[in-house]
Formats: sequence, C-alpha cells, structure tokens
Amino acid sequence: MALDTVAQAQANPETTQPFAELGLKPDEYARIKEILGRRPTSSELAMYSVMWSEHCSYKSSKVHLKQFGEKAVKTDALLVGIGENAGVVDVGQGYAVTFKIESHNHPSFIEPYQGAATGVGGIVRDILTMGARPIAVMDPLRFGPADAPDTRRVLPGIVAGVGGYGNCLGLPNIGGEVVFDQSYLGNPLVNALCVGVMKHSDIKLAKAAGAGNLVVLYGAKTGGDGIGGVSVLASETFESKGPAKRPAVQVGDPFVEKVLIECSLEIFAEDLVVGIQDLGGAGLSCATSELASGGSGGMKVQLDKVPLRDPSLSPEEILMSESQERMCAIVEPSKIARFLEICEKWDVTVTVIGEVTDGKHLEITWNGELIVDVPPRTVAHDGPVYQRPFAQPAYIDQVAKETINVPLAKSDAEIKETVLKLAATPNLADKSWITDQYDRYVQGNTIQSQPDDSGMIRIDENTHLGVAVATDANANWSYLNPYEGAKLALAEAARNIATAGAIPLAVTNCLNFGSPEDPGVMWQFAESVRGLADGCLEMGLPVTGGNVSFYNQTGAVAILPTPVIGVLGVIDDVRTRTPMSFDCAGLDLYLLGDTHEDLAGSEWAYMHNQRGGIAPTADLQREMRLIELLVAGRTKKIFSAAHDLSQGGLSATLTEMVLRHNVGATITLENVGIALVSETPGRVVVAIDPAQTAALTQEAAAQKITLTKIGTTGGDSLVINGAKISLTELRKAHTETIPKLFG
Amino acid sequence: MKIGVVTFPGTLDDRDAARAVRHAGGEAVALWHNDADLHGVDAVILPGGFSYGDYLRCGAISRFSPVMEPIIKAAQGGMPLLGICNGFQVLAEAHLIPGALTRNHELHFLCRDQKITIENTNTAWTSSYKQGEEIVIPLKNGEGAYMCDDETLAMLEGEGRIIARYVGENPNGSRNLIAGITNERGNIVGLMPHPEHAIDSLTGPSADGLGFFTSVLKALVK
Repeated sequence: MALDTVAQAQANPETTQPFAELGLKPDEYARIKEILGRRPTSSELAMYSVMWSEHCSYKSSKVHLKQFGEKAVKTDALLVGIGENAGVVDVGQGYAVTFKIESHNHPSFIEPYQGAATGVGGIVRDILTMGARPIAVMDPLRFGPADAPDTRRVLPGIVAGVGGYGNCLGLPNIGGEVVFDQSYLGNPLVNALCVGVMKHSDIKLAKAAGAGNLVVLYGAKTGGDGIGGVSVLASETFESKGPAKRPAVQVGDPFVEKVLIECSLEIFAEDLVVGIQDLGGAGLSCATSELASGGSGGMKVQLDKVPLRDPSLSPEEILMSESQERMCAIVEPSKIARFLEICEKWDVTVTVIGEVTDGKHLEITWNGELIVDVPPRTVAHDGPVYQRPFAQPAYIDQVAKETINVPLAKSDAEIKETVLKLAATPNLADKSWITDQYDRYVQGNTIQSQPDDSGMIRIDENTHLGVAVATDANANWSYLNPYEGAKLALAEAARNIATAGAIPLAVTNCLNFGSPEDPGVMWQFAESVRGLADGCLEMGLPVTGGNVSFYNQTGAVAILPTPVIGVLGVIDDVRTRTPMSFDCAGLDLYLLGDTHEDLAGSEWAYMHNQRGGIAPTADLQREMRLIELLVAGRTKKIFSAAHDLSQGGLSATLTEMVLRHNVGATITLENVGIALVSETPGRVVVAIDPAQTAALTQEAAAQKITLTKIGTTGGDSLVINGAKISLTELRKAHTETIPKLFG
Repeated sequence: MKIGVVTFPGTLDDRDAARAVRHAGGEAVALWHNDADLHGVDAVILPGGFSYGDYLRCGAISRFSPVMEPIIKAAQGGMPLLGICNGFQVLAEAHLIPGALTRNHELHFLCRDQKITIENTNTAWTSSYKQGEEIVIPLKNGEGAYMCDDETLAMLEGEGRIIARYVGENPNGSRNLIAGITNERGNIVGLMPHPEHAIDSLTGPSADGLGFFTSVLKALVK
C-alpha cells in the first residue's frame, strides 16, 4: 500500500476507506472528517479507530461513570483522581499509594497464558507510570464450571500466565479470587490489580509540557503483536472464530518489563522526566495523543525513528501495535544525556522520536512526509459518547418471585454433610494449587496474602506502616439486584480490609459486563455504577479510577454482571494486625452481626441450581459501624483473630479458620440449617481471650452490633452441635478438589 | 563484615538478601553484574530471580557476567559464596558445584513454606544450625529439581556435601531430596529454598533462615 499522506488526503477526498472493518460506525467516520475538515489519512484513521474503540473511549459507559465525579467524596486523601493512569492516595508519613485494576478477559480466552501475562504487565506499567514502585499484584479470576473441558483448557494457562509474568517481575501476588460459574464458560474473566508506593513528591503525570522538550520512546522494540487488539478484541463479541484472532493477542516479555521498571525508577529518582505514559492498549496512538492532550497539544513525532522488531511494519501498524514493555517519556533537552545513560546501564533500547511544540496539533511524519495532523484531544478525549438505551430486563421480576428450595441441615449427620460439601465445592475449596504458583514472598514485605481476607504489604520497615487491599464481587447478588450487588461487593471488600484492623481508604473497580448494545445488560451496568457511586459516597470512600470491560458474552448469552470492587486500606503498624485465624485452644468464638434467612444468591443455593430469590439489601451504616468495631478490636488488642463471612456463610468461615493452624473448635448453633449456609452480609467471626469478654461486649454495644457467642477453640475436630468432623477429614475435603480437577 | 549481593538484570531477591545480611548484623554491599570489582567484600551472595529472563538455561548467561570472574576466583580461594535459587543455578552453570537444576517434576512454579533438615553444619553458611535441625523457609521456583549422575550423587552423599534436604514429599523431583549442596571446601553453598525470606515471622513463615547469614559472619570473624 502506498503511503497515505495528509497532502494526499486533501488531494483525494473521495478515497474509500475501510472504517467499518476498523470498528468505526458511519457517523463516527463522518465526525472524524468534520474534525479534520478532510478525510483522515490511513494513519489517522488507525489512530481514531483504536482510540474511539469501546475499550479506550468508554463511549458506552461515560454517561454513567460521570456519577463517580458527581457523587465524589470530599476528601484530602486523594492526591490524583480519575483520569490519570491510576489514582493516588495519601496513606500518611509522606507516602502515597496508587492502585488500579484492569481486565484482560478477551485476550485470555484466545491465548490464556499470554492474555493473562500481558494483563499483569499492562497494569504494572500503569502503576509505574505514576512514578511508583510496584509492590504487589492481585488477580480476581472467573471461569466456567470447574469440570468443563474449556475450563481445563484456559485455567492452567491463565494461572501460569499470571504467575509466569508476576513472578518474573518480582512482585508478590497477595490475593485475588477464583470463581466458577456457567456464565463464564467461553468468556473467562482475568482482572489484574497492581499496587505501587511512592513519596508524595514523586508523583508523575501523563503530560507533554514545554515546547522543545523531547519525546522519548524506551523499552522493547515495536513488533506486529497486538495490532488492532483494542478495537478488534475488546469491542466485539466472540462468535465461533476465536483462534483466528490469535495474532491480535500481545506477547509479553516479563524480563524486559522488570528491567524497564528498575530503569524507570532510577530515571524518576533523578527527576529526569516532565511527563510519562506507558504504551498499552492502542500503543503509540494512545501514548502520543494522551501526552499531547495533557500539555498544550503540540507535538511532532518522527514515526520512522521507532525501533522495530519487524522492519516490514507500515506506519499504520506501528501506530496501532500493542507490543508490550514500552514507555514514552517527555524529557527536557538538558536532561536527555543522563536519561540515555541510565537506559544504557540497564541495556534498555531508547530513541528520541520527537519533540513538544508550541502548536496545537499532533503531527506525525514518516520519512519526512506528514501522515498525521490532528488536534490530539479529539483522538484521546473527544471520542463519541453513546446514550445507550437501557431497561430493566424481564428476568429481574421473574427471579424475585422464585422461592429458594434447598435442603437445610437438621440432624448431626446433615450438619456434617453440609460442612463437608461446602468445604469441597470448587468455589470454596482450597485454592493453594493455584496460589502456590505465585510468589508471595518476594520483596520481603508481605504481611498477608491468600487465603487471608486481604493482602497486606509493609511499606516502611522502620515505622511499620502498611497497606491492605481486597477485591470482591458477588455476581449472584448482582444478577438478582445489580444496584445492591455493587454496594454489597463494596461493603465486603471494605470489611475484608477491616477484619485485619486496617482502615479502608479508597476504591478502584473493574466492571465486567456483557454487550452494551443489549438494553438489559446496559441496565445492569447503569444500576451497578449507581450502586457503587452511592455506596462510596455513603461510606466516604473516594473512587480513584477503574476499568470497564463490555462484550463479555458468548453469542447472545452475557456473563453475570460482575463488578469487581477493590478497596485499599491503611494500617499504622502491620505488627498489630488481627490475623485471620487462631493458633491456640481456649479462645472464645463470637459471631458479629445478625443472621437472617439469606439464601438467594448463596453458594448453597448455587450448588442446588437455585439462581433466584431476593438479594440482601446493603446496610452501609451498619457496615461502617462494624468496620469501626473491627479497627477498635485491633488497636485495643481485643481480638486474637477475625475472619469475614461471605460465600458459603458460617460453614465456610469456620472451615477456613480451623484448618489454617490446625486448631479445632466446638460450636453451638441455633437454627443450625440456616446458621451454616445463610450469607447475610456484614458478619465476622472473632476469636478472643476470655479475659477480653467485657471489652468486646462494650465495643459491640457501642457500635450496636449484635454479638453472639458461638463456641470455643481447641481440639482436633470441628464440632458443631452433635456433629464431629475431624480436621483430617475436613482438610481432605477442602484440599482435594482443585488438584483433582486441574493437577 | 561486608557481604556483597549481586544484581543481574532480572534479579529479584537482591534487596531481600541485603536485608537479611543487615538483620544478621553484617553490612550489605550492592554488586553490579557489569562491574568486575568486588569492592572489598568478604563474602558474596548470588540472590534469586530470573536473571536475563532465564530464557536459555537458568543462570547460563549470568555465569558469564563481568562480576562473576572475580567472584569465581575469590571463591576458589576460599571466599564464602552462597547461591540461592537462581544463584544456585548460576553456581551450577559456573561449575563451582556439581550437577544441574532442572524443571520441577510437576512442570509448574511452586511457592510454599518448606520444611528442610540441615545436614552439614561445617560450611561457611550453616554453622549456626544444629546437625539435623529442621527449619521452615519458603521454597519458590520453577526449575528447582537437583540432578546429577549416580557417581556424583554417591560422592555428595559420601562426603557429606548435601547441606540441606527436603522433608516429606519431594516438592520438585530433586534427587535424594536435595535442597542444597556445598563444594569440597565448604565455602560455597548452593541452596534452592530462600532463607532470606525467613528472617522474621512477620514477613516470612519463620525466622529460621537467619542462620545462614549469621553463620557466614561467624565464619568471617574466625
């Protein structure tokens, strides 16, 4: 194909262009022509098509996401908010923490290992770009039924990809989720979260300011991988032609990224950059247009200077390539020599590809010929905004009428059967086979990791300051009631921070949904966003950023609405955290919170193929009082252990607690059938030394949280009423499932 | 006492190893792969990671780094040298210790708290332990299966050069449950699990790993 220049676009206005193949609608193409006052060149068309894709432009979600701004929490803790690569939160002592979660769902279905690996790589670069040292990763994963053949195909690859990349970067993996459900068969969810830490003064932003400053590309060379990944993959539903799209999945090289991290941190430490942006989705198109938009708008780039792995790439392909492990920095001319020196030390390829100008346009040339001449904001920020129609789908009223019909344990034999069944079911079974493939120790600051309620990392060795992160989603509840489901996921993630005694500070999210072109899915999305925004406002937690993943469906069947909520918390002294379980006999066990007949959306109902009913309603005021109680329990040294109740209810919580340190418990429960399996939100089991009884009673009363003594620790069995389950038997049930399926 | 900790491109546990040296009371000195100067250190640690991405055999490229030349020379002269995980692989590639590390028998990365016994306390790195002492430290690797020919194995066993052995189920397929070995002189130790991740029970499964670092400081005082 001959080079299509701006001059040619002006000379040949009527040339037919493949905008539809690039995913642009006719009106979007017309809008580009209107902006430019001519037809776009093929390079410009490539840029607009990737930047205006659903994945990059949030065109379907924007109108809803603005609620996060409208309902923003007034807080001084947020140093950088939504819109940058990742939000930044003040955690005290001069430290700032940045965290973000993103999806890499579609690539992981096509090529599980590389899809998952580059998902980790991408989110880590987002965090690095803020000026932070990445300190941990987490990965919420969702798959089809555990025994489905396709789950066997994708799960081992995805797990190996998450581990292969994260381990090689030297980032501890401190948590996540693994959930199995029919709706994810053919559309697994791979979400990756990264946390980074820096000093306040080290925060970096994506802006190209200062005419004459240099545009520097460093990191891996550009290849043909991931071309059109954004527009082709993330914005289109899978039909039966999956494998044909394999070349659009990026291939990662974690070694290059590890070197890039260390090289970048050294560059940041010497304050050598004015602005910085990583190259992720939409590659150079995104980085150049966003950097230029962040400044005054003017930038000149000589595209032919970009170092290539494949010299046959056309300018359009170079602009769209999603080759991994690349960064773009804006550097003052006086600092470029030192910049190049550091890159040389780390053997990182580095090239000056252009400069910031005092104009308003992003101008890109290829061997001296102008091939792109655009106002960068029109590419990066002024993409189309859709008012997608949305309407409550018919199923909502139908499922609300369904009554849950599941067996509830009465006899001791039934109690034992219930506990063992829940311990062994894939969603609740021990996930060590998966998490043992991740390095949780590297960097030497991991305080908590899976299977704890939250991951916790020490960020200062002298003051013992730390941060905790948890991610949660309950898609079953979101399916029944997406508004409440989002609030409940938020409450659960916050509670998982607080059980250790950390204080929730900020929220990130990864909103995984089906096709936005389906009004029912769009309603689920709108309700979820409304619920999350209302919930965050009520709990006083700022939303620092997030990610939307649409088109998660196979044919006409959408996934369950899956808003994954990440909460970051701070703890002033990690040494004082409340552990998840007890390691000695003679402690009293209490249940905090009331238990109702909440079976709708529960794991027990799911195991009995009951998907209907009415989801619980979130009581966030009570959740906030519970959090206060949990934090006080730590600071006043009342608790010996605390563990959240969620999927699988009290039965699952007790199973996890007794197996953790192999110390049993004797439990007495009224209404045992419901007590074991109900998933009423806002509950925690705590263990205390009997000497702390008065203190606990007082704190619980102060926060108006119901307190019920349920038993004591000790022995080599979990005894519930008359049912005695030896820890050996319980451990066998809990640990056998996953290796049997995937080992 | 100054203990050098080498950073190759792709090294991950260098800061952890340096922290462990400091916890034990030593001074950690950062050594750079491309700098053939040992900066006056008394001992050297080759830490874990994926040097050069380990795309060839693990440790195969690092072994030729400029810093390795003086390290090999000094170690052959008796300087204490500890290779942990990827460092163990580098030692094997450099032929400072016999054998090789190959892919775990279950073919995936494994991270877990591992019980090992210390079987030789006469090396520069193990004298703080009691003979036969059981300790728990993290094991985390993809290529940790120790392999050698029968003759070498018999020699290692016969000369008491197996310094640590896995307890219980073989985690990675190592011959004779070998977790670590030493050279004839006892100054060079290759160890697959990670003592630097077990220097306090806050961030590790135990503080059992500290003994490797206190051992070398004692050895240097002598």
